[in-house]
Formats: sequence, structure tokens, C-alpha cells
Amino acid sequence: MTALLKIEGISKRFRGLLAVDKVSFEVPQGGIHAVIGPNGAGKTTLFNMIAGVHAPDGGAITFAGERIDGLPPNQVCQRGIGRTFQIVRPFPALSVEDNVIVGALMHRRDVTAARAHAHEVMRRLDLYDKRAQRAASMTLPDRKRLEVARALATDPKLLLLDEVMAGLRPTETDRIVSILRDLNRDTGLTILLIEHVMRAVMALAQQIVVLHHGANIAEGAPTDVVRDKAVIDSYLGAEAV
Amino acid sequence: MLGRLTEGLSARTLILLLLLLAVMLAAPFFASDYLLTVLILILYFAYVGQAWNIMMGFAGQLSLGHALYVGLGAYTAAALYVHFGIGPWIGLLIAIPIAALAGAFIGYLAFRFKVGGVYFAILTIAFAEFARVGFDHLAFTKGSSGLFLPVAQYSKNDLWHLRGQPVMFYYVLLVAVVAAFIGCRALLQSRIGYFWLAIREDEEAARSAGIDTFRYKMIAVVISAAMTSFAGVIYAFYYNNLFPEQVFHISRSIEIILGPIVGGVGTLFGPILGAFVLTGLAESLTEGLHAIGIDIPGAKQVFYGICLLFVIMALPDGVWPWVKRRLGLAERAP
Repeated sequence: MTALLKIEGISKRFRGLLAVDKVSFEVPQGGIHAVIGPNGAGKTTLFNMIAGVHAPDGGAITFAGERIDGLPPNQVCQRGIGRTFQIVRPFPALSVEDNVIVGALMHRRDVTAARAHAHEVMRRLDLYDKRAQRAASMTLPDRKRLEVARALATDPKLLLLDEVMAGLRPTETDRIVSILRDLNRDTGLTILLIEHVMRAVMALAQQIVVLHHGANIAEGAPTDVVRDKAVIDSYLGAEAV
Repeated sequence: MLGRLTEGLSARTLILLLLLLAVMLAAPFFASDYLLTVLILILYFAYVGQAWNIMMGFAGQLSLGHALYVGLGAYTAAALYVHFGIGPWIGLLIAIPIAALAGAFIGYLAFRFKVGGVYFAILTIAFAEFARVGFDHLAFTKGSSGLFLPVAQYSKNDLWHLRGQPVMFYYVLLVAVVAAFIGCRALLQSRIGYFWLAIREDEEAARSAGIDTFRYKMIAVVISAAMTSFAGVIYAFYYNNLFPEQVFHISRSIEIILGPIVGGVGTLFGPILGAFVLTGLAESLTEGLHAIGIDIPGAKQVFYGICLLFVIMALPDGVWPWVKRRLGLAERAP
């Protein structure tokens, strides 16, 4: 498998705080990788650098063979990276359908074609029956799936999910896990997720990257990572094993 | 073409729209001279309100300086007419790019340097004020002593030179309001419209959904400014006199935005309904007070204030969404 996303020694400093410290890893085409680590480990900063919100202070991000570090978010999205936000931000006054159409219009000029594509995406994410509802009036689990739907409608090759399971009940978590797994299997979508819900991480990820104080302290298959001494000490705690 | 135009409208909405249009078309035959001037004012505010609404209601960019674009349109067309005898329609072709350029300049400054929200609004006020002070000293447009268009008693309406009776201005503005309504509706249902709404709702989320927010905000400002300048051309030829102190004054900009706010920001009918409600009621109030022999300067402004208070407290989304529900026109799930 070739690497779809290649991260080489990227760093980001906010004034005195080194948020991300020379992190490197690769995500192969069609893979599902997870980034875990305690709060403040730099996971979201790492995501924001991939998505173009922040330019890294050093290092390189290569996506599908092209350097993307320093590009603005809209151009990163156009090249095929869709993202969700840790604190969900659908367009509140718009209907579910219109939210997804906005994403679908990225690579479609025609609104009718975008609407057809949006319907397809909404069906996949169990949102079709709620398509006329205003995003602001939805429950948290629905809004989380809506964020995934909007990102997915932009036809990404890589989907960045920033804690989509946080705050969900186990049944809701399992529902998203199975949706993501189906997407990965059916469409070959590559997924990189930040997650605290280990139940979801263990069920989905083929590979885990562990961040602590901005640095990559472990990387490997889920079953190996959760036994890693550094990971247990810094994040998971002894009872997780 | 007609199919595209009526797409998504219920039969009931369509009938009401056509009925309203018929009433407006017939109105000059029944209205008194006074009522006609009130209707002209209403149409004027409906039109500029619609233009302002593109920026604020669709793209979420608050402009408090739209008098700038009215003034640029008015002064461009009037100066060309007075100095070179160039008619208003040719003048319009020059006024539009000037207003659009001014909008693009302000937009570029603001959006390139990430000036947003209230700071953007302040910037728009500043440029209208620059224009007010600048035009006071511009000899070409006669500075603060005012630019006057030659006036005579017109027995015939000369549409080409916009010289004639109020009824001509009424129909010109009616066509403009209808065209603006149709144009805005088409914009809102297009790709651009979706991107504008996304930017209005959450700019950062819009950017990460792949939208070049700078570009689409610029398009909104340019279209809005260009549209507004047409109202300026009409303004100049209707009133026949222009003073920087009046044309570019901030109260003019505020008047423009009151209609859409009362009617419903971001809706297509809000600016039209708001113009009817505000101008209609304010004029009846003035007239009523006048009839019983009371003349209170500023009564209209107080009335505007009360209207605004009422709407913000009771119907924060504006009057139109409420009227729409009452008329049973609320859209249903497709």
C-alpha cells in the first residue's frame, strides 16, 4: 500500500508552548488510523495543520504525492481532505439537506446534481428522514453524523474525524463505527480519527499513533499499543489493560 | 424559463404573487398624487433593501454604509447629465462599475485583512463618511452647494432621459423591484447562494467545506453595490438635487437597512414587506398628525425606532416569516 497522507517531522509552536513536536507518520490508501493521547497532547493542532487551519512551523505534509502544508483550508478540502470539528459546527439555520448540499457543491456546479449526491450521502448516514429539519434543532448524535455527512459530500479521499464519538452513548458510537467501517469497505475511503472512546478506536483502527506533550510516543497495531508501557503511563492508565 | 422561475413555488404563493403584482400595476390609476409618491418611496426602499440583503441576509456581511453606493450612482449619472448631457441609462452603465469598484475596494481591504463583524460594519460607515466629506469639496459635482438637474414642467414622459411625471418613476422602480426579486431568488437557489448561506452561518466551517470564502464575500459585495447604484441613478433623476450632506449621510444608510430588518433579514420578501410596513405606516402617521393639525419634527424617526423595538422583541426573525406562516405559505419538506 502506498501512503496517501505522509507527515514528516511537523511541528507547531504557540508562543512558548510546543504543541506538536516533530511528529511523523503515514496513512496508507484505504487505511483507518487513529490518533490518541491525553487532553492537550496536540491532537487537534495536528489535525488543524493537516486541514490547513494552521501552517506547520517545520516539516512537511504530503497528500497524494503533493505538498499541502501551508495551503488554506478550502484548497486542502478541494484536494480531497474532508474534516469534522471537535465541537460540531453545522450551519445552524440551514436544513440538514442544505448543509449536505453545500458540501456536495464542492465538486459539482449544478445544484440538482449536488442535491442527488446529498441524498445518497444522507441515506448512508441515516439522515435522510430528517433532511428537512433545521440543523440547530437536532440532537448531538444527529449533528455529529451531519458533520460527517457534510464532509463526506465533498468526495474526500481522506476523512479527518475529530472526536466524532465524544459524548455519544455506546449504541450511538457503535452506529457510527459501523457506518464508517462500511464506508471504508465499500468506497475505499481513508480515515484518520482523533478519538478518546477506546471502544471505537479498537473496533476501527488498523494502526494507532499516540501523542503525548506534542510528541509521537508510540505507534503500531492497536493490540500492541495498548500494552505499551509509555502509553499506559501517560494516557490509558493501568486498568485499561 | 418560466418553469425555472416558478419552480418550488406552491400554487397558493404564485396566485398571491400575481395578485400583488396586478395590484401594484394598477395602483397609479387609482392612487392620488400623494399616495403615488408614497408608493414610489416604498418601491425605492424595497429595491435598495433587497440589494443590501444580498450582503447581510445572504452572505452575512453587515454593511452600514450603503448610502455610499446610492450616492455614487446618483452623482455619477447626474454629473454626466449636467456636464455632458449624457442620459441616465448610459450614465447607469458607468455608475455600476464605479459603485462595484468601490465595493470591491472596501471588500478587498476588509476580507484580505480579516476585518469582520462589527469592524467590517464600521469600515463601511467610514467609507460612506469619506465620500460625504470628499464630495463636499469636489468642484466637479458642485461640492456642498449641491448638484441640480434642470427641471421643467413635463407634459410627456421621456423614459430615455428619465424626465417626466412621478408615475414614470413608479413603473421604472416597480420593474426594478420585480427584477431584483427574481434575480435574488435565482442567486439564492444557485451554487453561489448556498455558499453565501454557509459563510453567513459559519465562516470557518464553510472554508473547511472547500469554499473560497474571500471570493464569495467579494462577489456579494460587488453585486450588492452594483445593484444599489441603480437606485442612486433613479434617486438623482427623481429628486433632481443632490447634496453630499444628505445623500451620503449615515441616516440614509440606516434607512436602507430598516426595511429588511423589519421584514426579515435573509428572506426574499422581507425587504419588500418591510418597506411597505415601515414607509407606509410612517407616512400615514405623518399625514394623520398633519390632518389633525399637529406637526412634530422627527415623529417619523421615533416611529421607526418603535417599529424596530417591537420587531426585535416580538418577531426577531422579522415580520415576513410570521406573515408567511399566517398565510399558510411555509414551505414543506420536499
